[in-house]
Amino acid sequence: MSTWSSLIAIVLLITIAIVGVQVAGLQMVFGVVIPYIAIALFLIGVVYRVIRWAMSPVPFRIPTTSGQARSLPWIKNNSLESPHNGFTTFLRMLLEVLLFRSLFRNTKTDLKEGRLLYGSNKWLWLGGIVFHYSFLVIFLRHFKYFAEPTPAFVTALQSVDGFFQIGLPILYITDMLFLAAVSFLFIRRVWSPQLRYLSLASDYFPLFLLLAIGCTGVLMRYFTKVDIVAVKELGTGLLSFHPVVPEVGVMFYIHLFLVSSLIAYFPFSKLMHMAGIFLSPTRNLANNNRTKRHVNPWDYPVHVHTYAEYEDEFRPVMKAAGLPLDKEE
Amino acid sequence: MYDAGKIVTGLLIFLLLITFPVWYNAAMGKAQTRPNPVVQTADEPGRDTCVLEGDEMVTAHMNLLDEWRDTVVRDGVRMTETFNGHRIEMSLSRTCMDCHSNKEQFCDECHTYMDVEPYCWECHVEPRQAPEAAPEMEGGEQ
Repeated sequence: MSTWSSLIAIVLLITIAIVGVQVAGLQMVFGVVIPYIAIALFLIGVVYRVIRWAMSPVPFRIPTTSGQARSLPWIKNNSLESPHNGFTTFLRMLLEVLLFRSLFRNTKTDLKEGRLLYGSNKWLWLGGIVFHYSFLVIFLRHFKYFAEPTPAFVTALQSVDGFFQIGLPILYITDMLFLAAVSFLFIRRVWSPQLRYLSLASDYFPLFLLLAIGCTGVLMRYFTKVDIVAVKELGTGLLSFHPVVPEVGVMFYIHLFLVSSLIAYFPFSKLMHMAGIFLSPTRNLANNNRTKRHVNPWDYPVHVHTYAEYEDEFRPVMKAAGLPLDKEE
Repeated sequence: MYDAGKIVTGLLIFLLLITFPVWYNAAMGKAQTRPNPVVQTADEPGRDTCVLEGDEMVTAHMNLLDEWRDTVVRDGVRMTETFNGHRIEMSLSRTCMDCHSNKEQFCDECHTYMDVEPYCWECHVEPRQAPEAAPEMEGGEQ
């Protein structure tokens, strides 16, 4: 059900773009207005959510660790899995952010001959890391449509990405990896009954959206073709605040509208893990619960009624009932 | 707000990086430049059109050249027809560059703008410019 509703949402988005551009002729809206709104929503939304997260106090260290904490000098500790100070926490975060350390630990459970077995399962890690890095390279490569003259790092990325010089325009390896990885991440969700049960529309929708963006991009570059000079005129126009709307094919507008949808949807969705990973208390805190005193910032003075005061209050009654007293007087 | 120093720094770095093209365009001041290829830099008698129609040529010339190369090199077929029936030789330097004779004013205009580096010139020799076109060559370097 959630798979179909996500798919229908994507088809609807594509239809909106086609109708808007080809029938209604709203090139200005789809080429300039919607991208600007989407960018504004993205920037404001991301900042807002991060600030909201930052409002929550994290008084106590709650890192999930999987290594020996630092204690006595003769006990060997694992500072990456159980960091004890800022620097080792930083290193741990680097592993997490750049190499997806937690996913690498992913396991699967299987019932084999009546026994419950745990095995390593690196496929999610592999699919995830291929997807994220391909997406990063593709995102950075697109800077050439928004910045003039083209920055040197884009030229370098392009030449590495097209290293094998397959076909013309040269096939970018990341294009293939991206589509393969997103497809894998989708198939993974529908393949396993447990995962399918866990998956919601908010899991499928971003995957379909990314897949649709990838497909329209690949179609434009390798098959249906658009005038990329016009695309760059639009892109640089947008990001230099002199918007222009040159003549570009409808496939480009579908691509742009889907990208606009993605970045507008971003702050409202699970995609916020981009910022969330940096603010994960189970990862970004040092495991120093015992070496440092952490005071709860929202502690307020509690009115305490001690036993001594209690006894003072009820002494005659307690005495009459024959209860033992600390102080007889 | 807790850990405001770290979080605000992180946010600022993120915003700075993600809006990079904006700063870059503002600093370079070249965002409004447009490529302006001179389509016909030489007259070739008897030829009034290109191989494909203009729009198609703009978006698909690389596929055409790729196909030509394979046809000529692998199949030994050298002749083809334009969309309106002219018989032509499949040759970059002897057919295309009859009319589009100036690589810098024609090819490089868009290729530099789009940061595309075709590997045509790793095998082909670009035609030498006539002396009167020589001053043009100074500004056109990549």
